Amino acid sequence: MIEFRISPKSGVAPYRQIVNQVRQALRLGLLREGDQLPTVKEVVASVAINPNTVLKAYRELEHEGLAEGRPGVGTFITRSLAGSSLAAHRALRKDLDRWLTKARSAGLDDDSIAALFEDTFRGAVADEGAA
Amino acid sequence: MTPAIEAGDLGKSYRGRWALRHASVSVPTGKVVGLVGANGAGKSTFLHLSVGLLAPSEGEIRVLGGRPGDGREQLAKVGMLAQDTPLYGSFTVADHLELGARLNPSWDSAAAEARIAKVGLDQKQKAAALSGGQRSQLALTLAIGKRPELLLLDEPVASLDPLARREFLQDLMELAADGLSIVLSSHLIGDVERVCDHLVVLVDGHVRLAGDIDDILGEHRVITAPRLRPDQPTDDEVIERTDTPRQTTLLVRGSGPVLDPTWTSTDVGLEEIVLAYMARPATTSPTLSSVGGVA
Repeated sequence: MIEFRISPKSGVAPYRQIVNQVRQALRLGLLREGDQLPTVKEVVASVAINPNTVLKAYRELEHEGLAEGRPGVGTFITRSLAGSSLAAHRALRKDLDRWLTKARSAGLDDDSIAALFEDTFRGAVADEGAA
Repeated sequence: MTPAIEAGDLGKSYRGRWALRHASVSVPTGKVVGLVGANGAGKSTFLHLSVGLLAPSEGEIRVLGGRPGDGREQLAKVGMLAQDTPLYGSFTVADHLELGARLNPSWDSAAAEARIAKVGLDQKQKAAALSGGQRSQLALTLAIGKRPELLLLDEPVASLDPLARREFLQDLMELAADGLSIVLSSHLIGDVERVCDHLVVLVDGHVRLAGDIDDILGEHRVITAPRLRPDQPTDDEVIERTDTPRQTTLLVRGSGPVLDPTWTSTDVGLEEIVLAYMARPATTSPTLSSVGGVA
């Protein structure tokens, strides 16, 4: 069973953090098809967040086709993400391209872009480690 | 659906000084609502008006469709946990439970005792000997023992250490998951962002911002631009403006497109938004009514 962590200082909306953690667990094979996600009550009792936040995260996962709610039973994983990371690379590259264009139009040179990425990445890693 | 709390032009004055004025807000049921504001902004007054401990000086307030404090049924529907967890120091935990049972016709003894056992309180202990966290848990048990539909909490975690605070909020969220509507006042915006899904910001006795937290986050952003003229128009309502000799930073409400390539638009956290509203003097807000009426 997955356990969620919510970091208030990450700048990522709490429901997004749950979605991301499920996706991450799917990518790493820690969650597989058929696994049950913790109930809303279990999540709020362990991490003290708003129950509607958990519901919203689960709805988002259903919308993405990764999970399915079975009334009166719970929410279950319907699809794995392990091994599909290549497909994700394409979208990521696109985002990054867009960001690079933005950075260039803001006048950043190559070194500044690299420095900014490195710094942001390190900050995000440190935040995750602190959570 | 009947709102949990509906206030229309609500005001309360103490000896000529307005603690709350022209407050119009609709607080939905089924949510956890954060009531945020500086000391003296009117948070406690609003909660006391909601439960019927105070009567309005002007305007109207409806709670779950009824008049606050009006009759047994209304009293049974609304639970209140006042600031500083009022308990009787010489009473034991068991005495408090008995008091709850005698004062509330709808008291659920079994649930209250189960809760006391779950949080590990000794029924024979006197309230004066309990820790801050234990006092809060006992007070919460008393407030929900009558099975209210709406629970009001005035600064429930302000005096708790971080661990007790976390445990208290976990329990509160379990109650919310069971369908209890909750309104809590707090200074801790980090807590509010985590446990609440709806926000009401009070500034100097006025409702300055109200809405679902996701909407509030989505509607606000920070725009950074080369120094703008003070009168340069923007499509969006400017909540806060900072100028340096070369740069202007605006916290705006609205989602107009940013067309000028020299402007950058970034998301902004709840704390920054709330602080901007709290810092903005009431007199500079011609759109005050529209801000208060978003809910």
